[in-house]
Amino acid sequence: MSVATNTMKKFINAPEDVVKESLAGLGAAHPDLVRIDLENQIVVRKDAPVAGKVGLVSGGGSGHEPMHGGFVGLGMLDAACPGEIFTSPVPDQMLAATKAVDGGAGVLHIVKNYTGDVLNFKLAAELADDDGIKVESVLTNDDVAVEDSLWTAGRRGVGVTVLLEKIAGAKAEAGGTLDEVAAVARRVNDRGRSFGVALTSCVTPAAGTPTFEIGADEIEFGVGIHGEPGRRRERLAPASEIVAEMTEAILSDLAPASGANLLAFVNGLGGTPLIELYVIYNELAKQLAARGLTATRSLVGNYITSLEMAGASITLLELDGELTELWDAPVHTPALRWST
Amino acid sequence: MEYLIGVDAATVRRWLEGSAAVLHEQRDYLTQLDAAIGDADHGTNMDRGFSSVVEKLAELDGSEPPGRILVTAGSTLVSTVGGASGPLWGTALRRAGRALGDEATFEGAALAAAFQAALDGVVELGAAQPGDKTMVDALEPAVRALKERLDAGAPTAEALASAREAADEGMQSTVPLQATKGRASYLGERSIGHQDPGATSTALILRALELAVATEQ
Repeated sequence: MSVATNTMKKFINAPEDVVKESLAGLGAAHPDLVRIDLENQIVVRKDAPVAGKVGLVSGGGSGHEPMHGGFVGLGMLDAACPGEIFTSPVPDQMLAATKAVDGGAGVLHIVKNYTGDVLNFKLAAELADDDGIKVESVLTNDDVAVEDSLWTAGRRGVGVTVLLEKIAGAKAEAGGTLDEVAAVARRVNDRGRSFGVALTSCVTPAAGTPTFEIGADEIEFGVGIHGEPGRRRERLAPASEIVAEMTEAILSDLAPASGANLLAFVNGLGGTPLIELYVIYNELAKQLAARGLTATRSLVGNYITSLEMAGASITLLELDGELTELWDAPVHTPALRWST
Repeated sequence: MEYLIGVDAATVRRWLEGSAAVLHEQRDYLTQLDAAIGDADHGTNMDRGFSSVVEKLAELDGSEPPGRILVTAGSTLVSTVGGASGPLWGTALRRAGRALGDEATFEGAALAAAFQAALDGVVELGAAQPGDKTMVDALEPAVRALKERLDAGAPTAEALASAREAADEGMQSTVPLQATKGRASYLGERSIGHQDPGATSTALILRALELAVATEQ
């Protein structure tokens, strides 16, 4: 039996226009925060370049909204380079973004660990270097569902990317140097781990069919944000059992200090309602309490998605004083917004 | 009677146009191969990239030497493809073009050197070795066969035919391999039994080169 969300039923005009038209919409909705350079296909902070501030550039395939374009603004990213859906952007976009946000203090590239993203950002950093712009790159690779070994391309960058962009953005806004901002960013990646599960597949507009088949009563454990397969497929179980397994997968790898303060991030993959995300959060809080851990900060919602996939991911970040302070700092972007 | 004929700019253009044609023709096949173990965009990406190369070549004034044409083609792929194949094929063609320099024609040792430079560029950027189930599994044996045949004194066209055969065999050799690079590696053992799309497009591009040179001679 097919699930209703698996059929191609989308608000689009033409598959090939989705990315650009969505970007135009983002710009039209938030002209006070961002400007859209449609020719280069980049989203740039309205007041970029900010003189003397380290610029933050991220990017990757589209289809994960609000990441990354929705995180451009005060206290987070200076620019985002969206590629085609689930396809890495090209170095030209990254170079244009890097030039647009270079305020003289250097530029940080935030790269999720996927082969295409890594290769294209590497070429872009070389091009920026040719232009005399100082670039540092940080890689996110927090998905514990992938074994980090010689046998894989390494762990995928997922939920930690959102937290890293917020925290490193705050560090840059506070006047951190390029080295300092990069160091904080790497600390976030080192101290964060994620795990995702899927109930349905996503459907890319170009393909028009589900990326993978999954039965009406099945769940994919360890799914990636492009519908990559996970560790295994199971019969759907109560939320308590699913969250227990997700939490265990993360904590056994993260191994936080006893009594550690955590940032708990429950993320929807696009097709799961908030009411279910809070059911997950409730189970997660119980799991953490049982282990003597405390979530002193939280984030719940759809922030790094996989089109219309029903599913969720949990990210846990072991905080310290500075990371907590930077998380709390003001942020004003289309998708994440708070004041102190 | 065989005598040495250099590969010139017109042949290189014919090769790139032939590559674009075969990649367009085989787009859905490549995408199907990619859907099985990757993210179902290889055919679309390669078709988009090589179509852009053909458009870009039409803008050149016709006086460019082969090396310059390859650098332009490589840069165009980097700028239009995205994913992993754009930087990898882009780097391959750019390195080959740079190795050729500004000579109007090339053959033998220069051809072998250009191919070696292309392979080195791909290996350096992608960090893949033979057996990783990538385009290197087609390209590396092709370069090896090309050099062996040229060293043995074979004419260019024959050496390229051997290179293409080696690429085809290399492509087929990816079927039983387990992927350890790129998105296919997330599948682990489940990647076994599928032909690698990158090795497949590489074999197609080498076949286009064989045809372009054969047409010339």
